[in-house]
Amino acid sequence: MSAKNTALQHHFNDLDQQYQASQLGMWAFLVQELLFFGGLFAGYVVYRNLYPEAWTLGSHELDVSLGSTNTAILILSSLTMAMAVYWAQKGQKTKLVLFLVATLILGCSFLGIKVIEYSHKVQHHLLPGNGFSFDSPLADQVRIFFSFYFAMTGMHAFHMIVGAGILIWLIVQAMKGRYTAEYNTPIEMFGLYWHFVDVVWIYLFPLLYLIGRN
Amino acid sequence: MSTAIFKPRPEQVAQESDGTVSNYLNASFSIRSWLLTVDHKRIAILYLISISAMFFLGGIFAMLIRMELLTPAGDLMQSETYNKMFTMHGVVMVFFFLIPATPAVFGNFLLPLMIGAKDLAFPRLNLLSWYLYTAGALLAIGSIVFGGVDTGWTFYTPYSTTYANSNVILAALGAFIAGFSSILTGLNFIVTIHKMRAPGLTWFKMPLFVWGHYATSIIQVLGTPVVAITIILVALERLFHIGIFNPELGGDPILFQHLFWFYSHPAVYIMILPAMGVISEVITCFSKKKVFGYEFIALSSMAIALLGFLVWGHHMYTSGQSTYASLVFSVLTFLVAIPSAIKVFNWTATLYKGSVSYDAPMLYAIGFLGLFTIGGLTGVFLATLAVDVHVHDTYFIVAHFHYIMVGGSIMGYMAALHFWWPKITGRLYPEGWARFSALIIFIGFNLTFFPQFVVGYLGMPRRYHIYPEEFQIWNVFSTAGSSILGIGYLIPLIYLIWSLKSGPKASPNPWNAKGLEWERCPSPPPTHNFDHTPVVIEEAYAYEHKIWIK
Amino acid sequence: MSHHVVPLKTYYTIFFALLALTAITVAVAFLDLGALNDVVAMGIASTKASLVILFFMHVKYSSKLTWVAIIGGIIFLAILLIIILSDYMTRGADTFPQAW
Repeated sequence: MSAKNTALQHHFNDLDQQYQASQLGMWAFLVQELLFFGGLFAGYVVYRNLYPEAWTLGSHELDVSLGSTNTAILILSSLTMAMAVYWAQKGQKTKLVLFLVATLILGCSFLGIKVIEYSHKVQHHLLPGNGFSFDSPLADQVRIFFSFYFAMTGMHAFHMIVGAGILIWLIVQAMKGRYTAEYNTPIEMFGLYWHFVDVVWIYLFPLLYLIGRN
Repeated sequence: MSTAIFKPRPEQVAQESDGTVSNYLNASFSIRSWLLTVDHKRIAILYLISISAMFFLGGIFAMLIRMELLTPAGDLMQSETYNKMFTMHGVVMVFFFLIPATPAVFGNFLLPLMIGAKDLAFPRLNLLSWYLYTAGALLAIGSIVFGGVDTGWTFYTPYSTTYANSNVILAALGAFIAGFSSILTGLNFIVTIHKMRAPGLTWFKMPLFVWGHYATSIIQVLGTPVVAITIILVALERLFHIGIFNPELGGDPILFQHLFWFYSHPAVYIMILPAMGVISEVITCFSKKKVFGYEFIALSSMAIALLGFLVWGHHMYTSGQSTYASLVFSVLTFLVAIPSAIKVFNWTATLYKGSVSYDAPMLYAIGFLGLFTIGGLTGVFLATLAVDVHVHDTYFIVAHFHYIMVGGSIMGYMAALHFWWPKITGRLYPEGWARFSALIIFIGFNLTFFPQFVVGYLGMPRRYHIYPEEFQIWNVFSTAGSSILGIGYLIPLIYLIWSLKSGPKASPNPWNAKGLEWERCPSPPPTHNFDHTPVVIEEAYAYEHKIWIK
Repeated sequence: MSHHVVPLKTYYTIFFALLALTAITVAVAFLDLGALNDVVAMGIASTKASLVILFFMHVKYSSKLTWVAIIGGIIFLAILLIIILSDYMTRGADTFPQAW
């Protein structure tokens, strides 16, 4: 029984209809994600407008080199993910698995650096909450900056963790030969999700790390 | 017309020869086959059960509110308790009844049938969305059991984030999870409508019920995530005092209102658009006439969905929002009334020179027309900045939104329940009792809520358990009406359940209606919906093609 | 069922463009361009995002419906941001003429 026959679900007429449905479904999900993060961006924009000096002070506490490194890592992981899709489309199982694993490793590296950054923040009493302290008359406003920093990067990291989990599942399925040139929809759909998470970071990086650096 | 309404018409009853055909209900009886189903029709039934339970729970809170308000003094409960009553009433009714009701029950059941598909695009996501709804409902019930929430269903900050001592996070989490149920339902409908229509079924041949659900789904996908992230921020503020909504820490409480209402205003269109879709189906069937202005109604649904995202600030005129913003929101709110008005004109024109019959679904639909119009017109009053400044947070507002949500959405839901009951269950409900309850509901509803327009205009504020003596007469009317309304809702609960075992078996098309769900499958349908994929050649509501003999 | 296969060379080009743009945005951040700093930063971010969306997410080769979904989402996000900002930026602008 070829992968083509087992992949077609009973309520679809053919694989093409199923693929188009999956694609539209994933895009609808990503639009929803855009609005989900959008609420955080809205709050960020309001407070940056209200407290520009505090935003600069807060941003200076972030490490540009770590942030830039993480940006490069995510961009590279988008490349490896795109290549995973490419090799799936070519029916090359080994290369597909290789690039899925590469994407996973890069994603975990990103998360590792975030752990380093977060623990640094916590040590310096920059985690909003009862332990927060910042030596400036603008401390309350800087706390709001860090609230957005942790909320936005935290939500982003959560999405990466979920992505990593799905990647592990996809790697296992790929190793079993589940994806072929005819049917590789889950790889492609996950790729869309992964790239979306990358796009969110593309905006987060300048908005959080590069304020008032001149 | 005679006592004939108390007996089903001959063509409504199943032929003897039908026997016990295999359908989606009797395909399997195990609990597992229900709890692990991916059949959209079974999932609709699962939703029907949970949603009905939540409706009556919300109704109990309503009853308690009205009992307290019978007298001016706070004699039944303290203010803190009363605050919990109206909060839980709102949370349960808004998040766990009005938003899911028509889409999750009737959208789920009917959409694939109406477009000639075997199921929705993502059946397993559909089942997941029911589990999410139920989990959210259990959390909300948990928040009640653990002592309730007293912030109002709107969770305004900084009370909800800094000062409330009640189970805010639990209730908000319930709403959050139910929100994802809503998003998945919307996503499923959008993909199904785009990609799974039967051959020949172009967009402008689809039933308007489908258009209504398409517009609703767009709102669900675009709006719900914003309230989801807002709930997370409220939880973070409550847990970690991050300060974003607390003025003492440099935060702005109005930011919460912006983010909250960006969803919650479009949410009211989630509540009404499906009901409007139902009205299009019912009015055409019981006028035996095609709808007037099909394209206008279809495109008005889209206009309502899209324009509805531009008006949320009309909930915030008195909040401290800038006057400039309030003016802009006011103008935009006038605009959003227009497509709704177009629909009401078109439904009325559909009735004109139609061959009208007054079966229960039609009674609810006609009730909808009148009550939605009143609710909508008062909405235009409230859009007017100068008026709203005076009546904001009074019972005028409460009356306005109940006219739309109960007089509109719930009437639409009841119309759907009766219209499609034979198709869903294969049984006929007793028509006499149904018409009687429709009348009771209509009378009870108006007696409950019309006095609230008056007493609100006279100055009675909402969300208070005590009020000045001179308002009592209106509150007495209102409470009396609410008892009648409550009875009106209980009667269908009884006869509908009775009909499941003892109602006459329904023919495939007891209403002689047009539509694939009526003309191409039995009542109830088989699991796979259609024996052969239908090919659509007719316009929607092609009623004039036949001669009808009463 | 043939889906567009984007050539590897395209992917590599986009990758290097993304890295270059990242380097530029970091470098520019250390220059004083006044109000333009924000504009340039967002402009570069949007360019990077567009490259990822068009090429890595295959949107350049996708159906009109996909484009409608994406642009629709962006429009509604813009509505959220712009209208909320318009409240904050017009607060305190309430001066009404005195009654005659």
